[in-house]
Amino acid sequence: MIVVKNLKKSFGDVKAVNGVSFEARDGEITGLLGPNGAGKTTTLRMLYSLLPPDEGEIRIDGMDPTKDAMDIKRTLGVVPDSRGQYSRLTTRENIAYYGELHGMSRQAIQERTDQLIQTLDMNDFIDRRTEGFSQGQRVKVAIARAMIHEPQTVLMDEPSNGLDVMSTRALREYIRSLKQAGHSVVLSTHIMQEVAALCDHIVIIADGEVAADGTAQQLLERSGCDSLEDAFVKLIGTEEGLLA
Amino acid sequence: MRGLRTVFKKEVRENIRDRRALFNSLLLGPLLFPLLFVGMMWFLESAEQERAEKALELPVIGAQYAPSLIRFLEQNGTVILPPPEHPEDMVRDQEVPVVIRILPEYPERWAEGLPAPVEVIADASRQESNQPILRVKQLLLGYGQKIGALRLQLRGVSPQAVSPIMIKDVDLSTPKSRAILAVIFLPYVLMITAFTGATHLAMDTTAGEKERKSLEPLLINPVPRWQIMTGKMLTTTLFATASLALTLVSFRIVLPFMPVGAFGMDLTLSLSTLLKILLVVSPVAILAAALLTLLAAFAKSYREAQSYMGLVILIPMIPSLIFMANPVKAESWMMSIPLFSQNMLIGEVIRGESVPLAWYALSFSTTLLIGLILAVAAASLYNRPKLIFSTS
Repeated sequence: MIVVKNLKKSFGDVKAVNGVSFEARDGEITGLLGPNGAGKTTTLRMLYSLLPPDEGEIRIDGMDPTKDAMDIKRTLGVVPDSRGQYSRLTTRENIAYYGELHGMSRQAIQERTDQLIQTLDMNDFIDRRTEGFSQGQRVKVAIARAMIHEPQTVLMDEPSNGLDVMSTRALREYIRSLKQAGHSVVLSTHIMQEVAALCDHIVIIADGEVAADGTAQQLLERSGCDSLEDAFVKLIGTEEGLLA
Repeated sequence: MRGLRTVFKKEVRENIRDRRALFNSLLLGPLLFPLLFVGMMWFLESAEQERAEKALELPVIGAQYAPSLIRFLEQNGTVILPPPEHPEDMVRDQEVPVVIRILPEYPERWAEGLPAPVEVIADASRQESNQPILRVKQLLLGYGQKIGALRLQLRGVSPQAVSPIMIKDVDLSTPKSRAILAVIFLPYVLMITAFTGATHLAMDTTAGEKERKSLEPLLINPVPRWQIMTGKMLTTTLFATASLALTLVSFRIVLPFMPVGAFGMDLTLSLSTLLKILLVVSPVAILAAALLTLLAAFAKSYREAQSYMGLVILIPMIPSLIFMANPVKAESWMMSIPLFSQNMLIGEVIRGESVPLAWYALSFSTTLLIGLILAVAAASLYNRPKLIFSTS
């Protein structure tokens, strides 16, 4: 469960995030939708305590990232925009590294890795070095290492970036399974089809502010449009950066 | 500390698989420098020998004034060449190293028993002429002494009367303390090796990780940043130390093949000497790792980091260069200067001198302290949120 209230962050004169508030409940997929540069990544970075907010409040399961950074990191699974992996280590070693950093035992890491190999279908490349992996394979490794410690809350920054149709479908299926298991999932994207297909709760962010907030149905009603696409364009006020 | 250990273990494993890291840290220095050293020694030795053994070719002007001197020179292995037209130009253009000119008043003064003038025309600032100049002067001096003794005997005076003092050389330098070249060269090589051994790792684990975009996900793990940074720095230190140890071992293997005879050196490095030297330089590895990590973490990109490295590699050269230009006697206060103190201590160890234990302690602790200060600075750099964003 994530509660964000009036979050603000500036870099110099640029107000990257300027008063963002939303809630992300357990067992729901919350989508942060907005054009490129709207402030989605910065918001997520404040959630996983990489950046301190200038103003506002964040609570993740009651904890504050500015005070309980270490505890929050233990309950979060994050697939950030940067998905760099160690090309001289195998997939298994890449995943185990994160498990060890979380203080997991070798036994626990192995069991959990076996599970993830099944759910993410990684059998083909689990013992291969990650050098030269495809985008789809990279995303799977990034997800596996983020999920190794079974986090309650999952944050994903543009997870389907660069994926082909088949990989995207598999990814969506996986995200839905997280929701079924009762996790709280927050993902950012600039692709509205993704939000429409996945999210229970949509937060539209433009220019660092929340432009609209609600279920797909609510957004349609509020904008008075027939299609989601029209609704998004109307709510954001521009078509720029929205269409995949 | 669990995080620190994990990072250390992973970095070691990853970099052992990195051929470039292995080459740079563990192969380049340990192979290149000892071979360079031995090659240099061979070259010096053979050039020196060649000059000593070659017949001395000597153009003489006014040979007709001193036939007996010419005969003496020829008897002593000199090839007398005809007089050149412009002897000064010849020497200046390095056609010959040395020319002698016997002046016209030579026979007259000779007959009167006065010193007869002979000019030695040479350029003493040219190193390669030193050997021939010395040989010509020694021959002339020898001839002079021989004739002088004869003249005294003719007058009924013992030639010993003009040698009131007999100089005897009592050389206290042991064969070890004559190993000057090695004393200068080995510390120099080791200081550089500590830095070259650390460079690739320091850059790859910080600037490299940033550039490959694996730093941000790494920092999301519940491990304090200083532990991540320290794990990386320890890996760098390990590789630098391994590089130093291998360099010492390869010197140990290579030195027996050196033409030591002519230099009067005893350069067998015993195992205990090697260990002593390794102990003396080990804090330099930490210092180098900390300094390089600090710079590499500060750099916005791998390329920027690389441009710093070119300058940093000059640092370990400074003490050696000062030392070569102005050799000073080791004193205890100098032991508090990093790099400089190691330079001196290694020199003393190779010379086989006994060094006060306090010197080792002072050198070790001050260098370590400065290394730790730099490490803390690097750690605080890692704590800045900005660290992540400096890539783009």
